[in-house]
Amino acid sequence: MISGAKRFLLAAILVAAAVSYFSAQFNRYYLGLAIDVGINIILAVSLNLINGHTGLFSLGHAGFMAVGAYSAASFTLAFSKSVPPAMMPLVFVAALVLGGLAAALAGLAVGVPTLRLRGDYLAIVTLGFGEIIRVILQNMECVGAASGLKGIPEYTNLFWAFALAAVTVFVITCLVNSTYGRGFIAVQDDEVAASAMGVNPTRYKVTAFVIGSFFAGIAGGLYAHHKQFLSPTGFDFMKSIDIVVMVILGGMGRTAGVIIAAILLTLLPEFLRGFADYRMIIYSLLIIVLMIMRPQGLFSFGKK
Amino acid sequence: MSVPLLQLDHVTIRFGGLTAVSEVDLMIGGHELVGLIGPNGAGKTTAFNLITGVYQPVSGAVTLDGQPTKKLKPHQLARRGVARTFQNIRLFASMTVFDNVRTAVQLHRPHGIRNALWRGRGFRDGEAGVEKQVRELLGIFSLEKHRGAAAKSLPYGDQRRLEIVRALATRPKLLLLDEPAAGMNATEKAELTKTIRFVKDKFQISVLLVEHDMKLVMDICERIAVLDHGVKIAEGSPDEVRRNPKVIDAYLGN
Repeated sequence: MISGAKRFLLAAILVAAAVSYFSAQFNRYYLGLAIDVGINIILAVSLNLINGHTGLFSLGHAGFMAVGAYSAASFTLAFSKSVPPAMMPLVFVAALVLGGLAAALAGLAVGVPTLRLRGDYLAIVTLGFGEIIRVILQNMECVGAASGLKGIPEYTNLFWAFALAAVTVFVITCLVNSTYGRGFIAVQDDEVAASAMGVNPTRYKVTAFVIGSFFAGIAGGLYAHHKQFLSPTGFDFMKSIDIVVMVILGGMGRTAGVIIAAILLTLLPEFLRGFADYRMIIYSLLIIVLMIMRPQGLFSFGKK
Repeated sequence: MSVPLLQLDHVTIRFGGLTAVSEVDLMIGGHELVGLIGPNGAGKTTAFNLITGVYQPVSGAVTLDGQPTKKLKPHQLARRGVARTFQNIRLFASMTVFDNVRTAVQLHRPHGIRNALWRGRGFRDGEAGVEKQVRELLGIFSLEKHRGAAAKSLPYGDQRRLEIVRALATRPKLLLLDEPAAGMNATEKAELTKTIRFVKDKFQISVLLVEHDMKLVMDICERIAVLDHGVKIAEGSPDEVRRNPKVIDAYLGN
């Protein structure tokens, strides 16, 4: 028998495949927007594991996304000439996994020494890490340095974006909603009490950080093969803040809320395009008003 | 004589210039109920933190079951059978009553990431086993009806009780209770006295109790150690301790 959660995952992937089958008829602009939504869901839900469930304050999610994006893009670019076109989807999948693993490795390298820090201190360290990544990329000639990495083949489509978003939601929801997963929330609620009950806080924190980074890397890989162009400035501090806002607006630790917030905050700036220069002011005001009215998150009702 | 469950051997810890616990010896055998008392700031909670691995002694040694606990972290000591409650209640506030206990139960039912993700048979069996244990424990302490309630919404006495239940869920050999009666009224204290006795007998464990309520301590402890300014000034049966002039001095001043 397949458990309920696995059935949900299969259904979501099938829907993604079915919708994607008709995507040739969609308006290209909306199609691109929909893929953005999928990528942002992956970013927000994975950051929610770190910031929302485990209570760490990471401001470096864009950094991990950049690691994934550049690794995946470099991989496909290296193979695009030598591998027959029919094999390229396989190369793309391998690139995504590679991007995820590279980001996870970066997460491990950053996490192990820094996760003993709490709250604001961790925020500053992760912020620093994100900036370091960006500056390194800006100076790496082999990935185009400041002028960016061009000519990445377009492999990301609606199917990949949403199927992988479904996988992300599945993995993180299953992880948290288990006896094992209560450990993440215990660490957030009270680290001292958690360790007195046999929960190893460091281990849980590093696990959350590495898994979150892995999915940020996957999102980066999708992003690279969607935009077909990477520039280090696209992964700056503001990108990290955008993802943090999705998590806070959706309600820390509320996966469903975070997904809705990711959709809303991706589409909102686009629909506000008509207001031209005032666009970002309206966007910012909306966020301020929402936070004053619902500080616990827009979509948090009842228990987690 | 067999190996004592817990032994403190000349344990000392200093914070800056202050010697919080100085050369303290303490022994707890199996299935014993020992009290640790002393005026405020005597070092009782620090002693707890030394036993549970929150602090490491600067000299002296703590041994558990004859094994030194040096360099062991709190979560490792929990694994070896030391559980505790806290002076100021530290429940997992955002979780339900059920989940508070569930978090502690997992110590002995390890099924990690792989199982949680695969959600196969092993996972379902594991989760069912956890649920059964939690239900049993909650049932014993008549908290079953509150299982879905948020931990922080429980009445004060129930929160204290839940903390004990959560500690028991780790299946300890030694339970440390840090001022469990603090802030309780007379009825709740009487209830707590019963609970502590019951816990000791039902689970066949040793209990080390820090408490300010003398009546409660004298009532249930088989042996009492008295700390003052980090030094153990007396140890013995409740009657011996009650009559000890040093203890009377420490509490009343001379």
